[in-house]
Amino acid sequence: MSPESWQAIVLTLKLATLTTVLLLVLATPLAWWLAHRRSAWRAAVSAVVTLPLVLPPSVLGFYLLVALGPQGPLGQFTQAMGWGVMSFTFTGLLIGSVIFSLPFAVQPIQNAFEALGTRPLEVAATLRASPLDAFFTVALPQARTGLLTAAVLSFAHTVGEFGVVLMIGGNIPGQTRTVSTQIYGHVEAMEYAQAHALAAGMLAFSFAVLLALAFLRRPLSRGAA
Amino acid sequence: MKTVDRFILHTARVLFLGLALASGGLRAHAAEVTVAVAANFAAPMQQLSQAFERATGHRVRAAVGATGALVAQVRHGAPFHVLLLADDRSAALLEADGLAVPGTRFVYATGRLVLWSAERALVDLQGRVLGTPATAVSTGAQPTLRLAVANPKTAPYGAAALQTLERLGVAARWRPHLVQGENIAQAHQFIASRNAALGFVARSQVMPDGRLTQGSAWLVPAHLHDPLRQEAVLLRKGEHDPAARALLAFLKTEEARAIMRAYGYEP
Repeated sequence: MSPESWQAIVLTLKLATLTTVLLLVLATPLAWWLAHRRSAWRAAVSAVVTLPLVLPPSVLGFYLLVALGPQGPLGQFTQAMGWGVMSFTFTGLLIGSVIFSLPFAVQPIQNAFEALGTRPLEVAATLRASPLDAFFTVALPQARTGLLTAAVLSFAHTVGEFGVVLMIGGNIPGQTRTVSTQIYGHVEAMEYAQAHALAAGMLAFSFAVLLALAFLRRPLSRGAA
Repeated sequence: MKTVDRFILHTARVLFLGLALASGGLRAHAAEVTVAVAANFAAPMQQLSQAFERATGHRVRAAVGATGALVAQVRHGAPFHVLLLADDRSAALLEADGLAVPGTRFVYATGRLVLWSAERALVDLQGRVLGTPATAVSTGAQPTLRLAVANPKTAPYGAAALQTLERLGVAARWRPHLVQGENIAQAHQFIASRNAALGFVARSQVMPDGRLTQGSAWLVPAHLHDPLRQEAVLLRKGEHDPAARALLAFLKTEEARAIMRAYGYEP
């Protein structure tokens, strides 16, 4: 494989890892809130969180480009903070990936919290655990399958991201050229051998992820049986 | 039940007949041509299509993309009748591989490259902005300096942009600032949305009737890159489509050439 391909692979793995870490940190409290709040805002927030699932990547990419650009709200903010403009940067890609994969992180965690119910927490409270204590020692460990599923899905979904990267990346080697856009570039330039090498790798990776996910979910159902 | 069956059968027959009449009626008068157009030529093609439809009654469906992408699509069975490319190499290759009809290709236009910025004062008329150290360029609102080009691997205008930087001796200086659009339309969009401070686009994109519509621009002298001689060719899939041949003939008419000249193409 060419050095360019390796560079794209390393970049993609870095992007997916950082996205997953960020998403777990952001999605866990969000999922908790969605699972336990009955406020009027819940439906609206839930819809917003799910939006990236149904929106075409072109819509997300277009609005990200506008928002991150020097005249967009995010662009104005990042410039005011002295960070410059985020479009065509790794950070910009990271922001896009987090938004793009948000529902894949929130939903499994939210499901896990909902399945848990309020009872274990009430029991913890009677044992004089503080709410925060109960969350970290009772709720999180109980929801670990949900958290793991969220992590695997976020990682895999980011690796498979294409449209958003194409629209806000600018195809810069080592910064915004991921495996998926690299494959696209190879195909367009009719470099089919290179495209095959990367595409086959992607296929094997995706299969392995889904296989891992299936194993991840099995012990639970076995324990229940 | 019987009456219901008969009713359905009758309805189907009427519908079928209606469809057959409608499509047959259309086909008798006009054919349709599917043309794949290099992104730089998208705007003039729209106007050319209208003129062609008015003149002949045929209809045009246009698909837009980077030259390299369109050629790759043709090699994989894309249902295009006519190709309007941005270079004068690809058509010959398609001809050699039996995908294009021999003897039908010709240069329909010669394009020009423009260094363009959406900011009014960024690009000077001599293009000296390229010669200044990249970090010293005044970029208005944008601290992260980006120079947008079309993907040089697939878009001839992207390749011409890199040639220009090289012949000016500033390629190394600008390399860290390059961002690539998938085709020249995306490069234009990066600049128009001000995500890139400046970049190389086709003259037709920013000077639709000879005048710059927005920002600042430098018309890159033609000697700074290989000529952007753009070839059209009839594809095998369009060999028996009268509208396809009519469209190629139309591109050579004075009416079509006037439209292209207005967009800054040299016939």
